[in-house]
Amino acid sequence: MSAYSGRLLAITGLVLSAGSTACAEALEPGGKLLLTRGVSNVEGAGGGGVVNWALITGNETDRGVGGTVFGTYLALPDYDLTVYGGAVGLFDRAEISYARQDFDTGDTGAALGIGQGFTFGQDIIGAKLRVAGDAVYDQDSWMPQVTIGGYYKRSDQEALVQALGSEDGEGVEAYVAATKLVLEHSLLLGGALRYSSANQNGLLGFSGDSEAELLPEFSAAYLVSRRLAIGAEYRVKPDNLAFAQEDDWYDIFAAYALNENLTLTAAYADLGSIATFDDQRGLYISLQAGF
Amino acid sequence: MRAAIVSAVSFALASIAGAQIHEGELPVDPYEISNENAGASPIEDPAVFAAFGGKPGIDRIVDDFVIRISTNPKIEGIFAASDLIRLRRTLKEQLCYILGGPCNYTGRDMASSHLDHGVTTREFNFLVEDLQDAMDAEGVPFRMQNKLLAKLAPMHDDIVTR
Repeated sequence: MSAYSGRLLAITGLVLSAGSTACAEALEPGGKLLLTRGVSNVEGAGGGGVVNWALITGNETDRGVGGTVFGTYLALPDYDLTVYGGAVGLFDRAEISYARQDFDTGDTGAALGIGQGFTFGQDIIGAKLRVAGDAVYDQDSWMPQVTIGGYYKRSDQEALVQALGSEDGEGVEAYVAATKLVLEHSLLLGGALRYSSANQNGLLGFSGDSEAELLPEFSAAYLVSRRLAIGAEYRVKPDNLAFAQEDDWYDIFAAYALNENLTLTAAYADLGSIATFDDQRGLYISLQAGF
Repeated sequence: MRAAIVSAVSFALASIAGAQIHEGELPVDPYEISNENAGASPIEDPAVFAAFGGKPGIDRIVDDFVIRISTNPKIEGIFAASDLIRLRRTLKEQLCYILGGPCNYTGRDMASSHLDHGVTTREFNFLVEDLQDAMDAEGVPFRMQNKLLAKLAPMHDDIVTR
């Protein structure tokens, strides 16, 4: 882990511990109902797995500051993706997040001519603001919870991603997300619109403002019990780089709250073709701790 | 003297509305009795009322729920000064009415009945969990529980004042 990301994690840890002791009456911190903080997505934000959700991370309600830390592993046939990070949720209104993605090419690296076990990495800083609605309490209206957010992503392989056709090794994405809990039917529905020119989520760089597009994302889940939600997500991806095709992502998941602090997510994810290697589908597992 | 008049008036009003005021209930200032005070419209699917075990099931759930919330250390003090006898009666009427049962709600509306309790969202959520535990104990299926919670959730804005 770079010194930069190490410092960021340390600051996040300080904020988290300050948040849980700052509220004098919160002798027992927390307060959100099970699963209503969502899990952590691959970009570090609170919500789903590979798409954007409009939930604010952490266990704290509108009166507190809480946070989450997580680790995610995605085992694909020709690559491994490891993600870790954390996020802070403020007053169920705003969220800031950090994630580090490491995309290990393993044997594929040798086949691609970049070296055995060559790893593309990127640091992601995210921010999100709830602008309307409440996913849990607005059960008497069709109004979803709506957030606007963005990510700043910086690759640690700038020269290489530029050689592969990307304009930049860093870039910014913006999105609007909406999430609606339809308790009457035990359903969680969501959608998002992302404005981005990131290639393979940013791991292969950015193609610049001239290539930026509006990319839709969808999510749906069924609440089986207080602790268990099963669902699916779909993310439309761009296809900017000439050297390799890029496909939409989707996953089918189960998220299980072991207790109010720990949530385990297991999914089958299909990330399509990545850097000329097709059919990248495999197991996604993630553990999140929330405060 | 005033207390006696108030007590007599609310007894009379409640009796007209068909409520059986229980012995030991404290008097409340008079108010207009209406099913609208329940804060939600009734569920129309009769399968839901049946899934809750009808009136007997709802009564058991409310009795269990009131024990849980009045002994839950996480919601200190909310119910310390409450008339639990009245709460049990009016809550049974309210849930029965909302679940589509043959009941009328004779209690106060959600805003005025929670005005001085200083409930936070966190405490509201602990109350929801206690209700879920009571419904679990009665064997109400989760998806049916959610149909009631869908009716109760919007009351958050009236109940949470802090």
